Amino acid sequence: MAQIPGMIKGLAVTFNTMMRTFKNGSNTVQYPHEKEAPPIRARGVIALHEDNCTSCMLCSRSCPDWCIYIEAHKELAPPRREGGKPRAVNKLDRFDIDYALCMYCGICVEVCPFDALFWSPEYEYSEPSIADLLHDKSKLGEWMETVPAAPELEAGAEKKKK
Amino acid sequence: MMSVLAIEVPYWGQSLLRVLGGLVAVLLPAGTIVYVFLFKMMSFMQSRLGPMEAGPYGSMQLFAEVGKWLQKEDIQPDNADKRIFRMAPIVVLMSTFLLVAVVPFGPDAWFTNFETGVFYALAVSSISVLGILMAGWSSANKYSLLGGLRAAGQLIAYELPMVLAVVGVVIQAGTMNLQQIVLAQNAGSIFGSDIVGNPYVLTQFVGFVVFMIAVQAELTQAPFDMPIAESELVSGYMTEYSGFRFLIFFIGEFATAGVFAMIASTLFLGGWGIPFSWFGWTDMDSVANWMNVAGPLIVFTKMMVLVFLIMWIRFSSPRFREDQLQRFAWKVLIPVSLANIMVTAVLKVAF
Repeated sequence: MAQIPGMIKGLAVTFNTMMRTFKNGSNTVQYPHEKEAPPIRARGVIALHEDNCTSCMLCSRSCPDWCIYIEAHKELAPPRREGGKPRAVNKLDRFDIDYALCMYCGICVEVCPFDALFWSPEYEYSEPSIADLLHDKSKLGEWMETVPAAPELEAGAEKKKK
Repeated sequence: MMSVLAIEVPYWGQSLLRVLGGLVAVLLPAGTIVYVFLFKMMSFMQSRLGPMEAGPYGSMQLFAEVGKWLQKEDIQPDNADKRIFRMAPIVVLMSTFLLVAVVPFGPDAWFTNFETGVFYALAVSSISVLGILMAGWSSANKYSLLGGLRAAGQLIAYELPMVLAVVGVVIQAGTMNLQQIVLAQNAGSIFGSDIVGNPYVLTQFVGFVVFMIAVQAELTQAPFDMPIAESELVSGYMTEYSGFRFLIFFIGEFATAGVFAMIASTLFLGGWGIPFSWFGWTDMDSVANWMNVAGPLIVFTKMMVLVFLIMWIRFSSPRFREDQLQRFAWKVLIPVSLANIMVTAVLKVAF
């Protein structure tokens, strides 16, 4: 007997939701026809800014799923100062992220000391074949175009020190 | 010879019409219920649109689903008792078709006009328990067996209040013939006013509530869906069924919902009739012939109202626990319906 008011309340909730959906439409959208814009910090896909990468392997080693594959070789670059020694820099040969394995934890983005990895809210990259979910260096580079500009810092926030 | 719409129909024609009518009376409501309530109403209650792609507003979705199920592989477990496994869904669906046979749709539009229609309806409605037990046992699966046993326990527990709730109607109408019950409701009067006839939902309201709760449990719809609890028993007795055998169970579930709602509308809402006083009819013979066409539509409308209630409660309620379910049936519903019978009988004699 004590449960009856609660039951009626529950029935009212579902009925009111039904009437609201009739009048104002649903909370969902019909996906392929209309799309919701994900928030700019949504974790859609990880983009690679290749020039920033020093192939330090931090991302690869911190990845819980081991889904980042990096290969690199050393190259000599011209010296910074006149008459100096040529610098040795790491040149990326391969930087792959296997999105079939990735669990979107974002540890690689957090751990990157040189701002080479970014989150992009782009989410439409499903593939008929699972092997095509392995995004290589150039594809990860293309995602850079979809990375939104970083939001403004709060007023009075401490600027990042160089 | 029987006349439908003043056309004489020979016996073989009548049989053919009855078979076709039976198929229509079971499958059309089932399809409508699945689309209107399961696809659309449930979606709207969850603030989404439901299927929208197949046909206008997804109205052809059911055909797509049926096509999908028919394509699927027909899997039978190795240890299953194959013959019983194959028979079980058909037994469940059969009880629905047997049940619709007694529902009257008009003054002449009926399949059979049993003198003991109520008795027959209550008897064949429990055949589905047999099918469910067969399915649960023959699947050679723990979950199926548990689901089957739960279903059996539940259906037996709720069969009783259902029978007792109907007894009140039978006492008041003084007949077990469903056609006569319809007549008694529409030709009757309540407190001397015959403006709405005497639908038994007014005088037998307790019986109606008990009957609808029992129907909810018979159909294993939430909050009484322990036998097919997907989160505990992986859909219970349906676990091992796939493809068209699952489809038969699925059709059976919603067809039975429709047919039970038809029986409930016949018993409590006046069935195919409209209050006879509106047109000055007094008995079955004076009812106009067009009621044979309007009658099915009226039954269908009343059925939709009752199925709306069933589905509304289904979509809004969480599941009972097994012991709560049994306690509710034996300690609440049965005493209430017994008291209802007593009061009805006393009032029947008093007036």
